[in-house]
Amino acid sequence: TTGSYIARFLPHFASNAPLFFTMNNTDWMTKAHSMGTSIMAVRFAGGVVMGADSRTTTGSYIANRVSDKLTPIHDSIYCCRSGSASDTQAVADYVKYYLNVHAIELGDKPLVKSAAALFQRLCYENKNALQAGIIVGGWDKKKGGQVFTIPLGGSLVEQPFSIGGSGSTYIYGYCDAHYRENMTKEECEQFVINCESI
Amino acid sequence: MSGVGTGYDISCTTYSPDGKVFQIDYAGKAVENSGTAVGVRVKDGIVFGVEKLILSKLLEKGANRRIHTVDRTIGLAYAGMTADARQLVNRARSEAKNYRSTYLSTIPTRLLNDRLSLYVQTYTLYGGYRPFGCSILVGAWEQDGPQLYMIEPSGISYGYYATAVGKAKQAAKGELEKLKLTEMTCREAVKEVARIIHYLHDDVKDKDFELEMSWICPESGHQHQAVPESLLAEAEEAAKASLVEDMEDD
Repeated sequence: TTGSYIARFLPHFASNAPLFFTMNNTDWMTKAHSMGTSIMAVRFAGGVVMGADSRTTTGSYIANRVSDKLTPIHDSIYCCRSGSASDTQAVADYVKYYLNVHAIELGDKPLVKSAAALFQRLCYENKNALQAGIIVGGWDKKKGGQVFTIPLGGSLVEQPFSIGGSGSTYIYGYCDAHYRENMTKEECEQFVINCESI
Repeated sequence: MSGVGTGYDISCTTYSPDGKVFQIDYAGKAVENSGTAVGVRVKDGIVFGVEKLILSKLLEKGANRRIHTVDRTIGLAYAGMTADARQLVNRARSEAKNYRSTYLSTIPTRLLNDRLSLYVQTYTLYGGYRPFGCSILVGAWEQDGPQLYMIEPSGISYGYYATAVGKAKQAAKGELEKLKLTEMTCREAVKEVARIIHYLHDDVKDKDFELEMSWICPESGHQHQAVPESLLAEAEEAAKASLVEDMEDD
């Protein structure tokens, strides 16, 4: 509304013209559900450790405080979802379906890279419509544990570990300082717990 | 002329009373008229060898390739109608390319084999089409090891340790059965395949031939490549020498 625009961008007008200054607290009625999120995945030899928080917000209201942002895509492939809850759920459902069909034709468990490639295809081709930051993590017999990250634009990067979501910005320094290569499963779990707790 | 399938062999849409589709069998005959192609899967890779019958002295040596690359690590050799086979090579390349585009990895050989078999079989269903007049050998290197498949004009395909198609396929298969393939290396296999093809070439009925060979092995970086000139020459020398020996034994 005009009132809040003036109050935010032209503050010297706001105090001189109180008639124009209004409060607007209906964000939660109109804004899309967003996951102000911390998600991460860390690979080790035998697989991947994935972690996420559980908060979904609309504006500043917490719509769901027990959300599950770690979604199974196949037997040994999961994804962490950040961004728009509906967008990421829809994309994850598509990938789950396509990967299932692929696995049946293949006659074998699909590669983590295949799942990541499908996510990338959807996120890139529909980049104008989607707000989805996804981390794909899983295990396959070809390369063991793998982590792929697909940020907003739809690029695909394989990393030893990946962090995502708006909450991840605060732990870049911590992660860089405390990550070591070739951690065991228990060490990875502790690393994820420590990061998510911050 | 009345032959075996008179009346029931006009098109693919007709079964004979004893359950055959004669057009498919005739397509197989077209393959049998062609020079032999041999494929072997050994311990460390795949070797292809093709007997290219030279129809004219005016043909450029090394032209009219019978072995094609489908994807970096996948090779395709064939016996039968060249033009038909080129269509299948294109289809195979298309399948491999699309798979890579969607899944960002090399198409598993078994999947490529299934897709090509399905494609070949489609042409045995309609009256307006004729079956492909070629049998193709698909060989590749995968992380789990080398793989070799053969697809007939009917669309039937099997995985093999070694197989042959074309003129001398029966005799070639007999020779191949004598080999210990699982313990052989690609270098040894090149020599054996060259020997077999030379041995089975019919000097009386056919004129000269050119031997074309390719391999997928550690030495080629697990990529499908033509066997190096020097090794090929060595193998042919050894093959011709052993032929002479055989004649002297008699």
